[in-house]
Amino acid sequence: MTQNIKFIQGNEVCVEAALYAGLTFYAGYPITPSTEIAEHLAIRLPLISGTFIQMEDEIASICAIIGASLTGNKVMTATSGPGFSLMQEGLGYAIMAEIPCVIVNVQRGGPSTGLPTNVSQSDVFQAQWGTHGDHAIIAMTASSHQDLFEITVDAFNMAETYRTPVILLLDEVIGHMRERVFIPEPGELPLVERLKTAFKEGVDYHPYLPREDGRLPMSDFGGIHRFNVTGLVHDMWGFPSNNPTIAKGLMHHLIDKINNNVHEIARYKEYHMDDASIILVSYGCSARSARHVVENRRKRGEKLGLIELQTLWPFPMHVIRNRCANARYILVVEQNMGQLVHLVKMNVARPDKVFLCNRIDGVFISPTDIRNVLRVIQGRGV
Amino acid sequence: MSRMRFVFSGSGGQGVITAAIILSEAAVLYENLIAVQAQAYGPEARGGATRSDVIIDDQEILFPKVTQPNFLVCLTQEAYHKFSPIVRPGGTILSDTRFVTIHKKSDARQIQLPLYETIMNEIKKPIVLNICMLGAVVALTQIVQQDSILNVLERRIPHEFIEMNKKALDLGIAMGESQRM
Amino acid sequence: MSVKKFIRERFFPHIWCQGCGHGIVLNAMLRALSALGISKNEIVVVSGIGCSARISGYVDFHTLHTLHGRALAFATGVKMSLPGLNVIVPMGDGDALAIGGNHFIHAARRNIDMTAIVMNNRIYGMTGGQFSPLTGYGMKATTAPYKNIDHDFDIAELSRAAGASYVARTTTYHVQQLTEMIKEAILHDGFSVVEVLSQCPTNFGRRNKMGGAVEMMESYKSLTTPIGSKAKQENPALIERGVFVQRELPEYCSEYNAIIEKLKKGTEK
Ligand SMILES: Cc1ncc(C[n+]2csc(CCOP(=O)(O)OP(=O)(O)O)c2C)c(N)n1
Ligand code: SF4
Repeated sequence: MTQNIKFIQGNEVCVEAALYAGLTFYAGYPITPSTEIAEHLAIRLPLISGTFIQMEDEIASICAIIGASLTGNKVMTATSGPGFSLMQEGLGYAIMAEIPCVIVNVQRGGPSTGLPTNVSQSDVFQAQWGTHGDHAIIAMTASSHQDLFEITVDAFNMAETYRTPVILLLDEVIGHMRERVFIPEPGELPLVERLKTAFKEGVDYHPYLPREDGRLPMSDFGGIHRFNVTGLVHDMWGFPSNNPTIAKGLMHHLIDKINNNVHEIARYKEYHMDDASIILVSYGCSARSARHVVENRRKRGEKLGLIELQTLWPFPMHVIRNRCANARYILVVEQNMGQLVHLVKMNVARPDKVFLCNRIDGVFISPTDIRNVLRVIQGRGV
Repeated sequence: MSRMRFVFSGSGGQGVITAAIILSEAAVLYENLIAVQAQAYGPEARGGATRSDVIIDDQEILFPKVTQPNFLVCLTQEAYHKFSPIVRPGGTILSDTRFVTIHKKSDARQIQLPLYETIMNEIKKPIVLNICMLGAVVALTQIVQQDSILNVLERRIPHEFIEMNKKALDLGIAMGESQRM
Repeated sequence: MSVKKFIRERFFPHIWCQGCGHGIVLNAMLRALSALGISKNEIVVVSGIGCSARISGYVDFHTLHTLHGRALAFATGVKMSLPGLNVIVPMGDGDALAIGGNHFIHAARRNIDMTAIVMNNRIYGMTGGQFSPLTGYGMKATTAPYKNIDHDFDIAELSRAAGASYVARTTTYHVQQLTEMIKEAILHDGFSVVEVLSQCPTNFGRRNKMGGAVEMMESYKSLTTPIGSKAKQENPALIERGVFVQRELPEYCSEYNAIIEKLKKGTEK
């Protein structure tokens, strides 16, 4: 047996990958189906002199990780639907104050307490638009444990690169399922460490003055530079400002740093896309069933292809626009009333050729569910 | 190999989920096979009938849930009532003689073994019922080597309980062997 | 004693109204820090949202101006990461005990080493005079135009019950005492609460016919009394000033570090 093979739940993969990426601080509040993340980190973090703290609620949890990030830690919290709703104000704060952090939402059915122990992918829009105000966000997902490991490391890297919260949008199936995963050796996956200012003590450090490349070097709380951090619109000192020019400039900075890098941030996989005329678009656990169908149909010579999105936000429009240009039909497979399907429709020439295959009853969408929809689209009846 | 789809069912506390995990770990960690394991959570997982699905193959497994098992294990009557109808025609249902009374009609091969009784006579500890059951499953399906299961047990179980578990496994294997076709 | 070295002059003028008590609290806080001689780099001030919370912007420490009610949760993240820092959390009464009430009692329960300064003006100043959990029965506020039917908290009792290990109360009239209490609170190893009655002439005094800042401050003199004084026995309506709680309890960061140390020893073996 190789040391580096593990057979573990997706939630535990997320823990392994977070630690690999350099996680040193976790704060959270228990909620199914994310709880295993907290339970494993409660064991692991003290062993590496990191911090695990169970807070009084999810609001406090996201606030605590933001505070900890400012002292130089790589930080994470994990939750599910109701807790993710409670985190939205803090998420907006992290966006505005440009605090690197990773927020895991192992999705379950909603609204409200919904279906606590069943699968759902209905927080796709909440991940982008849950917090108030204009903003850009990065949200990622994965459909297998191996991908989940890499995407989790990516999430930490992007949080540092863009100084922003990154949302890992997992689901109950991936979170709870056990599957093989190879843990890479240290150094095998690149890690992005925090960009820190080179300014010496006594030199004026402007915490919110971007460098030429748009990045903002940080200085740890407790270090040699003292500055203000606020959720209000602020100037380069981090001091509140009502100045319209500053407000406009800041808004552009916050959105452009992400949306102008969509090509860098977009992660996706393609299967049998070269000559595909029927294209399935899916993500997370649903992509497993979608791929099952595509592989089987290919064996019968049918020209099906799959685009599996791993970056959901910023929405990789270019991928859909370019790869779906010649599709006869596009079928979006997701476990909600239709969320990503709207984005796909917005980015193709013929939205009337885009169909939805979904399940909203807490039952994991199966290859049979997808086959049934394909038959209807192809005019073969059910 | 052809894909094996297992459903392990029983009641909370019988260790059916642990058995499912041990079997899949043995396949993945020691036999270079592919496996996925899933289980029911929430109200379904409290008290009543517990269920864990395992798929083992040498090919990639995409859809991780079992809709029609080739091999169903039932350790309670309730689990048997609930899950025996979903077994594949030609599949196998393994149940415990003490806890389950079987229906006559089924397209599956039905095997009843005195797992509980044997454990109570020989070891006197109901806690290893699941490992005994696993022994029978391994003997009946030959899906993994016994050694692979032993390797997993040695990694997961505290030293002082290893002997008891090995014994339970052997008892299960012996009972399983007696029923192999 | 000059406290000017602690001020970010660039960020002045401040936003507070004339006569607002919050400036007095700022002054007392800076005097306490100056007297203690703590290096500026070792001080973190975390605040929420409100007139009171603006205090953080004006001081030349590591300052974190956060969300309404959540300052203690942010501060917990900072303190757990770097237990060596002195963490001070100035809060309004609404900030601390309405929207932030849950964080307040849990920070106290953990006895995490930080100093919460509750600037109690009995009103939501920043949003223009709505009643807070400290406004009190029978008072007026924009959202209690027919008099308030909500009863108030006793912050000292609440803090004690929640587990704070240092609890004191004074007013902006008693500046010397305030400075001393903040000093003690910062030195205390555990969760410390200093409640300061701080006047809001604009939104509380005016509406409740209490006069201006001067009259309000004078009332702090006449309506309060040292803890356990004879005056209190004669007039139970008087508000007590002084240190209510000062006890040694295990501090949260130390407890967590003890676990880490124990684990380290365990793995060395
Ligand atoms: C989530 C949220 N709800 C409401 C507000 C609006 N708000 C800002 S300050 C404040 C009350 C401030 O009162 P207090 O904390 O007592 O401080 P003061 O201004 O009196 O010093 C309120 C309600 C907010 N900023 N955020
Ligand atoms: S409104 Fe009240 S609390 Fe706010 S600055 Fe004015 S006087 Fe102070």
